[in-house]
Amino acid sequence: MDDLLAARSQMAMSLAFHIIFAVAGIAMPLMMCIAEWRWLRTRDETYLTLAKRWAKGTAILFAVGAVSGTVLSFELGLLWPEFMRWAGPIIGMPFSLEGFAFFTEAIFLGIYLYGWDRVSPRAHLLAGAMVALSGAASAIFVVIANAWMNTPTGFQLVDGKPVDIDPIAAMMNPSAMGQTVHMLLAAYAAVGFAVAGVHAYLLLKDRNNLFHRHALAIALAVGGVTAILQPLSGDLLGQTLARYQPVKLAAMEGHFKTEQGAPLRIGGWPDEESATTRYAIEIPYGLSLLAFHDPQAVVKGLEDFPRDLWPPVAIVHIAFQVMVGAGMVMMLLALWAAVSAWQRKALPDSRWFLRSVVFSAPMGFIAIEAGWTVTEVGRQPWIIQGVMRTAEAVTPMPGLEIPFITFTLLYLFLAVIVVWLIARQVSDSPRVYATPADNVEREEGYAFD
Amino acid sequence: MPSIEILLAGAMMVALTFYALMGGADFGGGVWDLFAFGPRKRAQRELIAEAIGPIWEANHVWLILVIVILFTAFPPAFAAVATALHIPLTLMLIGIVLRGSAFTFRSYDKRTDDAQRRWGRVFSIASLITPIWLGVIVGAISSGKVRGESPTTIDGFVVSWFAPFPFAVGLFALALFAFLAAVYLTLAAKDESLREDFRLRALASAIAVGVMALIVFLLSASGAPVIRERLGQSWWTWPLQIATGVFAVCAIAALWKRRFRLARFCAAAQAALILWGWGVAQYPYLVVPDLTISNAAAPAITLRLVWWALIAGAVLLFPSFYYLFRVFKRGGADAQIGSEHP
Repeated sequence: MDDLLAARSQMAMSLAFHIIFAVAGIAMPLMMCIAEWRWLRTRDETYLTLAKRWAKGTAILFAVGAVSGTVLSFELGLLWPEFMRWAGPIIGMPFSLEGFAFFTEAIFLGIYLYGWDRVSPRAHLLAGAMVALSGAASAIFVVIANAWMNTPTGFQLVDGKPVDIDPIAAMMNPSAMGQTVHMLLAAYAAVGFAVAGVHAYLLLKDRNNLFHRHALAIALAVGGVTAILQPLSGDLLGQTLARYQPVKLAAMEGHFKTEQGAPLRIGGWPDEESATTRYAIEIPYGLSLLAFHDPQAVVKGLEDFPRDLWPPVAIVHIAFQVMVGAGMVMMLLALWAAVSAWQRKALPDSRWFLRSVVFSAPMGFIAIEAGWTVTEVGRQPWIIQGVMRTAEAVTPMPGLEIPFITFTLLYLFLAVIVVWLIARQVSDSPRVYATPADNVEREEGYAFD
Repeated sequence: MPSIEILLAGAMMVALTFYALMGGADFGGGVWDLFAFGPRKRAQRELIAEAIGPIWEANHVWLILVIVILFTAFPPAFAAVATALHIPLTLMLIGIVLRGSAFTFRSYDKRTDDAQRRWGRVFSIASLITPIWLGVIVGAISSGKVRGESPTTIDGFVVSWFAPFPFAVGLFALALFAFLAAVYLTLAAKDESLREDFRLRALASAIAVGVMALIVFLLSASGAPVIRERLGQSWWTWPLQIATGVFAVCAIAALWKRRFRLARFCAAAQAALILWGWGVAQYPYLVVPDLTISNAAAPAITLRLVWWALIAGAVLLFPSFYYLFRVFKRGGADAQIGSEHP
């Protein structure tokens, strides 16, 4: 493995790992707050128990997210010092703001997790709201920095060096809005569906447990609404791509030949050698319509660009298909639940519905990982689109396989432990039934209580 | 009015000082978890966990703040440090990851002794190792061996930090963090005997801090000649050194007399002065000898924006921190001690 590939692998692995915990840090606090707010409104203790249970899971996930995020902020320099030397003055700003959002999130999460008996219920809920807000703000700032790598603005290029720097213009880059909205919605959808899946699984075994029913309703509401909205933000991003990153769009769609009235290809296998995408289902005019909202628009194909500026087409195309497919599953399920909620004022109750929710539990996370693959691999060979190649940014440090393997093993170990700890929490769920006689009091084991 | 790059370098020092005084003490708590002994071993560990549980993540963010100011306002310095010190930085990160996750895993794992001991060991060993690497990095930055240009040989990635001076600074940082933690824990302790345990630990580690300070000073002659020269010859050095010494002696005396609030104040002032003594001796260098505050600074517009972001952030941050500490660090021992020593 050469050092550039090792550095890219370490970065990809670190991001893929961190994103799971980062999105939990964004969406779990919102769900905890909804549960706690329901408790304050209804005084139904089940909601309080639910908020406390979700808070425990959040505590574990947030801690791993905090430390893996620290690793990433250092890895920017450990792996890509030339990128940081070049881009730091332009795009360091959102990272500085993210620093403060992270501070606020950590401070108020401390109050939320350990302050149940120390602050008033309203102050406690407010602390939770601060966590949810600053989690979302963190995500916005970090994704703005990534959006800049896709559509760099806020400087003039003179002799390969940036002059006339404007960090605010850099933050307002063309991809910023689309990418941040897409990521935030993805975070709520992924976590909502994952949590809904866990509670649906437990409901299948214990059909009348109100604890899981309440949990399922909140998680599906959060995940469902965002899953239904997600295609709109995807459409916005598609248009930005068509204008600013036509190579990435062409790779995503497996679109080799420049065409007027280009078809949308679903599935299929792009072959760079023969410059064709085989076995795809083609929807006439689909791509032109999506990219430019005009069935007769010309969509540039990969053939219009030098071969050395193509990203790995097959990876980008397939990752994109996976992302869209997973998103569709979630959206359809959300619509099913929404129709039922509209007509019957209740979620569907059938075993088939619950099984579908269980099936779709990992879909949001699959979509997020696939979506980041599209964004990052689709930008190659550039680290800053059109300005700096990834190969120019890498550290001269030799032997980069060693840190790559070390961090991979470390993160695998953490992943196993986290899954095991969460599974332990889940298997020990409270039981709450409509008839009080059936209720089983469970001891609330809390740290050092 | 100092120039804006100097203000930002100062802000970085302020963040680093908070990291040492708060985050450093959390690592020090882990060290005392590792060295818990005697009849109240378990109570000591529970007190440490209770003291750092709600606050360690917030305290940890000071380090992130130092890094983001560095890479936004002084990108060449960040690039140089991250390249030449790749190995110790990676080792420190592994320590940070294991400390934080093991601490959390212990809080949420089974209450059985086995599970608790397993995570406790990972947490406490990582708490011991991480400050050493942090000190090694600081020592290497001062040594004059991390250059503006990237190293070109494999040796170049090792020589700047693999030397006695950086490791002495590492042990100095460890002693200082352990000392701070022990002093703070005397105030967190709710019963008299537990407080005595940490009082003795604070006194012992105060001696370790003194010994390590002397060793670092002696080694700096060859290990960090530029810094040493400034510490030896500049006009400001004696008032600063004397003030540090006075607070060190006062901290010990206050511990001896069981004036724990006073001891906490003196210990924190001592630690802050040690850091600022180093910071002033570094001036105007960020990375001795090639990168200075002015030649590594980003364009003025970036510096101005970061400065305003820091001010806006501080307005949000300090009240929030005050609230966090008021919720968790008031009452209990603090109040009792307050009434004993009005």
